[in-house]
Amino acid sequence: MGSVASSGGVRVRTAASVARRDAWLRRLPLLPAFVYVVLVTQIPFVLTIYYSFHSWNLLKPGSFRFSGLDNYAALLTDEHIRTAVLNTVVLTVSVIGISIALGLAIASLLNSEVFGKGVMRTLMIAPFLIMPTAAALIWKDTLLNPLFGLLPYLLTPFGLGRADLVNQHPMAMVVAVEVWRWTPFMMLIILAGLQSQNPEVLEAARVDGANAFQAFRRITLPLVRPFIELGALLGSLFVVQTFDSIYMLTYGGPGEDTTNVPFLLYKVAFQGFDIGQASAIGVVAVILTTVVATIGLRTLFSIFQVEARR
Amino acid sequence: MSANAMRGNTRRASSFPTSKVLWSVVGWLVVFIFFFPVLWMWLEALKTEPQAASSPPTVFFVPTLMEFQDVLSGDFPPFFINSAIASIGSTLLVLVLGLPAAYALAIRPVKRTQDVLFFFISTRFLPFAASLVPLYLLARDLHLLDNIFTLVLIYTTINLPLGVWLLRSFLLEIPHDLFEAARVDGAGFLTELTRIVVPLIAPGIAATSLICLIFSWNEFFYAVNFTSSTAATAPLFLVSFISGRGFFYAKLAAAATLASLPVLLAGWIAQKQLIRGLTLGAVK
Repeated sequence: MGSVASSGGVRVRTAASVARRDAWLRRLPLLPAFVYVVLVTQIPFVLTIYYSFHSWNLLKPGSFRFSGLDNYAALLTDEHIRTAVLNTVVLTVSVIGISIALGLAIASLLNSEVFGKGVMRTLMIAPFLIMPTAAALIWKDTLLNPLFGLLPYLLTPFGLGRADLVNQHPMAMVVAVEVWRWTPFMMLIILAGLQSQNPEVLEAARVDGANAFQAFRRITLPLVRPFIELGALLGSLFVVQTFDSIYMLTYGGPGEDTTNVPFLLYKVAFQGFDIGQASAIGVVAVILTTVVATIGLRTLFSIFQVEARR
Repeated sequence: MSANAMRGNTRRASSFPTSKVLWSVVGWLVVFIFFFPVLWMWLEALKTEPQAASSPPTVFFVPTLMEFQDVLSGDFPPFFINSAIASIGSTLLVLVLGLPAAYALAIRPVKRTQDVLFFFISTRFLPFAASLVPLYLLARDLHLLDNIFTLVLIYTTINLPLGVWLLRSFLLEIPHDLFEAARVDGAGFLTELTRIVVPLIAPGIAATSLICLIFSWNEFFYAVNFTSSTAATAPLFLVSFISGRGFFYAKLAAAATLASLPVLLAGWIAQKQLIRGLTLGAVK
């Protein structure tokens, strides 16, 4: 009797340890990636938080000292940072807004009966694939250059002759180049949404007397809405980090007219070598992005998973 | 019923050519505007320097490959090779680390799988600011600045979350019975991975590699801050055109064309994988 009970106990324990071993075996393939990501993103982030409470300039040896919340106080009062945040918002909102509107229009065009859809789509995605630094230079030197650029030349008959567009409208030009780059991205995502639509539903609506606009608003738009939202969210997460085209087109100027948060960080960290201040900018940027991204991504991917299951 | 269908057909047939032609013209016009900067880059690259820097712009000219030869025989190749090492190296690392992780998250889900997934993706969208300063200081202290290996590691960090998400979305499509059968036959984890998983998600591996290639080949922020000469990548070669070189527009266009070529070709060839990759597998 006693021996039966003890053997039962052993069996239970073995079952438990097998289960535990199994759980670890399941986790094992996950570990290398997990450890890598923690090592290169999380631990440095903890260090960033640590540095953000210190005053430290690499150009002044021995300047490392605890400074409490000074860097954060500077964030609240510093005009450069306010300008950079404002520029980031203006840039992101206008680029995403315009490229979604254009992307929706072009996707609708490519989803209708037109000649050479495949070639059109192929050519359309080129702006997204071209190296951003290369594209920005081509825009600046060969298209917008007041002396030799094509656009000022073409605009001469309209009385705008030889305008230095990049200097006169720096933010508008950065937005234009980024819209050119992100419209194909939005177009691709929205086109995928349009193509998932059943054409018979639209046909039925037309038979029922709905005009093209009504059919678009009542049937097509609700269907592609999650696709537009997905494009908007992913797009914003990338556009918020715009650096290449600003570096190439305007270098944040003139003055600070096109300095966004990433460019300001670049200036503070790699031109001013102000480690403490750069770290404080980093911490605030992380908190803001994480809140927006986590909520947005969770909501969106739950929508898409529900639709996939259906 | 059949009369109705026929009427529908004739109506469509009669209204269809004019509207189709009209919308095609509008569509091609829009596509031309968007594609034009790329076309202009190619045209400028085929000009001589005086033709490229002329006012009014030169439209008719005899194309020459002189500038391409000039760029290729000059100091451009090392930059291009660095880009290739950084992109291919990091893509391979992403696959090696990401495939087992995606497998664990898709086929043998652990507790809190959803949280692990969102932890991964949250790291992709962390601003540079989060880890920039400590990574820079670490690289400086280890004498790893201007070292291509550093860029390989950084690009792996950037692309690993995308890779895990994307590979998982492909793995979820493999019928579960296949793994059950393999396990009954006594296949271990590695056999399962190499014999079943890899062949079945070859398109997924292609999509992941494409996205990794695009992001690492075109990356500029870390390249400009972590390298200076020996490890400098293709975008940095272009930076040298901003100042101090005078008007070398044809040469700039030739270099820009060459620097953009690998990603442009890969993206065009793998258009189908592009959309799925860009949306982390959410849109098929």
